[in-house]
Amino acid sequence: MKLVSQRIALGLVLILAISVLIFAGTEILPGDVAQSILGQSATPEALANLREELGLNEPALSRYLDWLFSALQGDLGTALTNGKDIASSIAGRLGNTLFLAFWAAIIAVPLALTLGLVAARYAGRWPDKLISGVTLATISLPEFVVGYIVMYILAVNYRLFPSTSVIYDSMSLWEKLNAIALPVIVLVLVVLAHMMRMTRAAILNVMQSPYIETAELKGLKPAAIIARHAFPNAVAPVVNVVMLNLAYLVVGVVVVEVVFVYPGIGQYLVDHVSKRDVPVVQACGLIFAAVYISLNILADVVSILTNPRLRHPK
Amino acid sequence: MPETLLDIKNLKIEATVYPPGEDPHDITIVEGVSVSLEGGKVLGLIGESGAGKSTIGLSAMAYGRGGVRITGGEVTLNGRDILELGYKGLRGLRGREVTYVAQSAAASFNPAKRLMEQVIEATLKHGLCSRAEAEARAVRLFGKLGLPNPETIGSRYPHQVSGGQLQRVMTAMALCPEPSLVIFDEPTTALDVTTQIDVLAAIKEAIRDTGVAALYITHDLAVVAQVSDHILVLRNGKKVEYGPVKQIIEDPHEDYTRALVSVRSIDHNEKEPAEPVLRVDNVTARYKGTNFDVLSNVTVDVAPGQTLAIVGESGSGKSTLARAITGLLPPSAGRITFADRTLSPDLKSRSRDDLRELQMIYQMADVAMNPRQTVGTIIGRPLEFYFGMRGEEKRKRVQELLDQIEMGTGYIDRYPAELSGGQKQRVCIARALAAKPRLIICDEVTSALDPLVADGILKLLLELQAQEGVAYLFITHDLATVKAIADSIAVMYQGKVVRYGTKTRVLTPPFDDYTDLLLSSVPEMRLGWLEHVIETRKMESAGN
Repeated sequence: MKLVSQRIALGLVLILAISVLIFAGTEILPGDVAQSILGQSATPEALANLREELGLNEPALSRYLDWLFSALQGDLGTALTNGKDIASSIAGRLGNTLFLAFWAAIIAVPLALTLGLVAARYAGRWPDKLISGVTLATISLPEFVVGYIVMYILAVNYRLFPSTSVIYDSMSLWEKLNAIALPVIVLVLVVLAHMMRMTRAAILNVMQSPYIETAELKGLKPAAIIARHAFPNAVAPVVNVVMLNLAYLVVGVVVVEVVFVYPGIGQYLVDHVSKRDVPVVQACGLIFAAVYISLNILADVVSILTNPRLRHPK
Repeated sequence: MPETLLDIKNLKIEATVYPPGEDPHDITIVEGVSVSLEGGKVLGLIGESGAGKSTIGLSAMAYGRGGVRITGGEVTLNGRDILELGYKGLRGLRGREVTYVAQSAAASFNPAKRLMEQVIEATLKHGLCSRAEAEARAVRLFGKLGLPNPETIGSRYPHQVSGGQLQRVMTAMALCPEPSLVIFDEPTTALDVTTQIDVLAAIKEAIRDTGVAALYITHDLAVVAQVSDHILVLRNGKKVEYGPVKQIIEDPHEDYTRALVSVRSIDHNEKEPAEPVLRVDNVTARYKGTNFDVLSNVTVDVAPGQTLAIVGESGSGKSTLARAITGLLPPSAGRITFADRTLSPDLKSRSRDDLRELQMIYQMADVAMNPRQTVGTIIGRPLEFYFGMRGEEKRKRVQELLDQIEMGTGYIDRYPAELSGGQKQRVCIARALAAKPRLIICDEVTSALDPLVADGILKLLLELQAQEGVAYLFITHDLATVKAIADSIAVMYQGKVVRYGTKTRVLTPPFDDYTDLLLSSVPEMRLGWLEHVIETRKMESAGN
């Protein structure tokens, strides 16, 4: 599959380019790591010594290559603020974020597709209007508002779930799920509308095709026409939107993590940005970029694989 | 007494239209049409676009496209009024008792599913037989319809077979549930003339062998004469004439039918050869990034005030030649001389006079005009651009041009959407004429029009040629059009000119193989033509 390998190669080049950008971006900030460690009142000698020690006098290119190769080997350096190994701190945080994203996706994607199909089946009638209206309302509200509303109703009034989502390793899966119920609900509400509306639009677009008329004239049921003839041709645009939303679930959940005090990677990033901990910010940026690009490559690959023209050339 | 299969009585069909700037209202598309069909017979429905032939055809499945509704009359099929069936009952009828073959098989197959899956779908959904049996049926039908590799063609996707083959697969799809009636809606209209004849023969044989009844819808009387037992002539949703095919073709009672039968009766005598205005000399061209010549060593001339017809099937390079002459596709070799100056191969480096004197008219008048500009603006644009005309002067000239294309007053402030297909094409002609060109390239300008309208356009083009002395390079796949308008003819095949000369010379035997195939494939308005051609070809191939 030449096309698929092309996409993957392109993705790798893109990640490399992003790593250059991330490195260059932190490089042109005023002050350097030595300055941030020692603070404004440091003596010039102390700064020079520390720079020597950290290898900051090396040319930028060799420092970039150093950083890149260690990052490829899983060594993301140590955090300046607490001297801890970044890779091991991130691992747990990233795991938590992926855990949250996974459960949100498991619920949101099938729900969005189903609602989209139902809305398309009853286009212009009340089920369509209801689904479109409700999803539009949830996407229009900022996620922290949704978060506090959900918290007020489900945690404060009905006491169904805890209002903060603290999780730790010794919890059972069930306890963990109970803890993250609220942020999952918020994330589902936030990403649902996009995917549902795209599914609906893509299906309705396909429904204009002559082959849908062919199916109708075969005497098929409307649900069968949508499922068998419309949906397979609407996959490509839908997959792209689904992947964008999955990427958002990993890299864009900072606000939700803060609202529910969830120990995810977003909160970790925000903490260290405020402390000017450059190596941590670089590491998080690299991981976010990798997640984003891989999900988009995945979307491309799925689109290619579901297109019979590309899968079975003449 | 044979049994009546389909009996349509006093059919009335309406639709809601939403004209811009007006309130939506209902219009009547079909009114007072009654016709009946015996089992195993073929009824041809013929008429121009807007005659309601597809709408009547689909009423045999009680189906209305878009906002089309059957509002009156009865449609009796196998002894029951199907308009009373209700949605569920209709689902049981569609795809089982009545099936449908659409004009564009390429668009009517689901691109994401294998052919076999689609061919047997209706048969399986209606529970008519097991999957294995349905597949066996499909393979038998593929073979009967003359498809290559009937055993395996079903595992292909629609884009992997040619247009002519796809049309046969669609016919197999319609025959697979063994219905009592098949509706063929212009099944060969989108095909090349040499492909059409094979598909037509395959359809006719399949109808005969399976004993199914059929409604055959087309605008081409010569085609319908080959397959039908009876013909119903329609115009503006009303019945004009109904009778056995022999009577309609040989002894039509109504004026309108007579006009349809005698269409393309323009007599045009070729003019004397003269010093050419356009000279295409040994032109070879290929598209960027390919290593395949779409034009190779093409040499043709066009004399002033005369018409050169370029004939060939789709993919023969006719339109590519037009692109090379207009500079849209710079040739890789050869020279194009126009009015004694060598044209630069590239459009950008041509002078304004080069551009002005070489105009184009396109197949789709619809998309060749900006829908948000009025007729006056569209025709006025070249006047402004080439001659700097403004205001009253421009408006006067636009009106003169409108008079020339026989549209008169009252059209200058209209939008393209308010014109008929023929009128749109006339406006495009006026726009080309406004630049006072020496040569107009006409790319399939009548292919999208109904025969009678197309006839009017051809007559207009000939008159304008006599008045203005403009030369035409006339690209077409339709040999009847060529006979009506050409002074000289170039036959193209796979990017080469295979036959070239004056009209009489090109159309007089002995022919080369390709020209012979092309000429003998043009449907003729006489009974038994199809069998005659097929028989002759069989004998020839046996003789070889």
